[in-house]
Amino acid sequence: MFYRETGVFRESYAADMALFPIPLDRWGVLVLLLFAILGVPYLTSQYWMGSLIIPFLIFALSAQGLNFLTGYAGQLSLGHAAFMGVGAYGAVILYARYGVPLLPSLLGGGLIAAAVGTLFGLPALRIKGFYLAVSTLAAQFIIEWVITHVKWIGGGVFATIDTPPLRISGWLLDTPVEKYYLTLTIVVGLMIFAKNVVRSRVGRAWMAIRDRDIAAEIMGISLFRYKLLAFAVGSFYAGVAGGLMSFTYYAAANIEEFNLLLSFRLLGMIIIGGMGSVLGSFLGAGFIVVLPIFINQVLAAFGKLAGRLVTTDLLANTEFMVFGALIVFFLIAEPLGLARLWQTLKNYLRLWPFPY
Amino acid sequence: MKRGENWSLALLLLLAVVLCIGVPTLEAQGKEQVFPMLCYRTGPYAPGGSGNCGGWEDYMAFLNTKGGVEGVTLRWEECETAYDTARGIECYERYKPHMIVVNPLSTGITYALIERATRDKIPVVSLGYGRADASIGGDIFPYVFPLVTNYWSQTAAKIRFIAQKEGGEDKLKGKKIALLYLDVPYGRETIPILERLAERFGFEFRGFAVPPPGLEQGAQWVDIARRFRADYVINRNWGVSCTVPLREAARVGFPREKIIGVWWCGSEEDVRPAGDAATGYVASNFHGVGTDFPLIKEILDKVYGAGKGNLEKERVGTVYYNRGVVHGIVHTEALRTAIQKFGFPITGEQFKWALENLDLTEARLQEIGAGGFMPPIKTAPDNHEGGGWVRFQQWDGNKWVSISDWVPPYKEIVWEEINKSAEAYAKEKKK
Repeated sequence: MFYRETGVFRESYAADMALFPIPLDRWGVLVLLLFAILGVPYLTSQYWMGSLIIPFLIFALSAQGLNFLTGYAGQLSLGHAAFMGVGAYGAVILYARYGVPLLPSLLGGGLIAAAVGTLFGLPALRIKGFYLAVSTLAAQFIIEWVITHVKWIGGGVFATIDTPPLRISGWLLDTPVEKYYLTLTIVVGLMIFAKNVVRSRVGRAWMAIRDRDIAAEIMGISLFRYKLLAFAVGSFYAGVAGGLMSFTYYAAANIEEFNLLLSFRLLGMIIIGGMGSVLGSFLGAGFIVVLPIFINQVLAAFGKLAGRLVTTDLLANTEFMVFGALIVFFLIAEPLGLARLWQTLKNYLRLWPFPY
Repeated sequence: MKRGENWSLALLLLLAVVLCIGVPTLEAQGKEQVFPMLCYRTGPYAPGGSGNCGGWEDYMAFLNTKGGVEGVTLRWEECETAYDTARGIECYERYKPHMIVVNPLSTGITYALIERATRDKIPVVSLGYGRADASIGGDIFPYVFPLVTNYWSQTAAKIRFIAQKEGGEDKLKGKKIALLYLDVPYGRETIPILERLAERFGFEFRGFAVPPPGLEQGAQWVDIARRFRADYVINRNWGVSCTVPLREAARVGFPREKIIGVWWCGSEEDVRPAGDAATGYVASNFHGVGTDFPLIKEILDKVYGAGKGNLEKERVGTVYYNRGVVHGIVHTEALRTAIQKFGFPITGEQFKWALENLDLTEARLQEIGAGGFMPPIKTAPDNHEGGGWVRFQQWDGNKWVSISDWVPPYKEIVWEEINKSAEAYAKEKKK
């Protein structure tokens, strides 16, 4: 009954090529966007925006970059956090040391990360699968080492560069609401671009390479160009996400935040969210970033009811266990990720109340 | 739909409902001071975090049995960070309305909170760790307090201790001191000050980097023992990489008495896995170790006797537990100073004033039963460290034995470095 395509007549090429052809989809996304722009700052508190929603958006952006690389183009990458770090340091150096305005320095950070990503993507032209994973793992360590040791980048013995106050043409951004709007604008813009990229020739080339790269090459898709493009675009998204992280969230560029554990978490985000899907990046980021907090709250509520029976370290460890169990459960129930689950739900609703 | 998917959708719906549940609030009842605590009882550094939080909570429970601080009972609520910066920020933002002080217990979380806490006027206490240049306080780091002592003071005190062992500072000339450090910013933090001290006293200094996580140190130790032939080695690791030097030193035959560890590598959990190889290892500390202090004995009696202890009884008196008690003493004495000046309730700004005017004399420490347990502290608006005194302990195979009295750092050199670094930070931040 819902999500049906019958009765939807597209009368122009633009309507045919629309991102959300089904009206319910389109309205749903519009309502969500309006809620994000108008509802969130007024209905939620500073705590929600500053420590839950901003990191959720930033990690969704970075996960989307990894999704381009691993989900669409099939190039397994374990160095994504390092590219975020490159973008973070690039953006902060441009903004703090060279006085480049805020938005161009974010763009600059992304471009620097894209260049570095392309460099470390060169092995992808020769090796595949797990071997590529190891060479991107090398990228993670090499970039961490370079940033820590090269004084010009790292800035002294702490290897941390603090972000000066954020200013967009004179306007000072110092409240969480303003930082949230900055993050939201950039993330929404880049995600719309992502949705278009994956439907375009580039996206189809990536998917062909993922499915069978020899056949793709025979068909005339240049593996050299498209694999490196995947690394470049994926690292660009990671770089912008890293820049946003050090501008709006950490207020400093600190390489110890962009460590191997974060690379694994990003990979986990796209696996649980759904590889090869833009919605999957959001769902996966929400699962890994926001869900542990809620498990913590629910367990704390139970803990208060149980009184002294439950000690704090029992709560902390139970949270870990519950989170792990949830990951296992969701991956067994739907190996293709939460986005696939959403699609299945839509298909079900399409036919509802009929069974077939 | 597959059956599993039915279940997962139901679960997702349940989680969405949970999403709408608000965050539980923390209201103080009566004359009660709430201390939200950022702890890590899980994660890679759980032994340290659990010991620290446990000791602190036990001390507060002990004070409550005596009527609290100036008649105000103490209450605490733990927020688990697992040493993860994002969780630390979330904990801080969640408990911010009820915080008068935040204690991240982690360098990463401290760095991330400096800007936020300064804007929110909540002091960040990073007792015994980074960032060292925040000791200058003042206008540059108004709300950051690396109390009791920081890493640079510790390093200078180590050199003074080595000089004492050698029989005088002139005997340092020509000696070889190696720094074995984990190749992360934390590890490299003390290299500049060691270079300055090497210049001043004429000893030869070289740093030996260990790539993280630091489990493979064989090559560095062959280098240190056979090629460089160090006289002393400073062990600056963290977590699992703390134990490795002891085994490696045993393998290449380097005397453990000449290895001096930092205080994050000087706990029972670090030396026990090395077994016999650890005997003789020296570590620095900024408080006493063991249960042989009136205060610790009273805690065992009043708190553990009543069954209200936070940890297992065997952990009382361990290094991290005592460190937690030091945290407790510093915070409650600052609270007492604040209440005496401003009355109750206290805001973050008033607590910051108290932290800047903390005068914990030896007499006062004797009064609370902590004589010889921790050094006297005297802070000022431009001295957020308060002392910098360090002591040294040695592992005898079963327990830590104190082998020195309070050793002061070389104040002029340390504060010169602090000033330099803080100025560079100020320039960067103001741009």
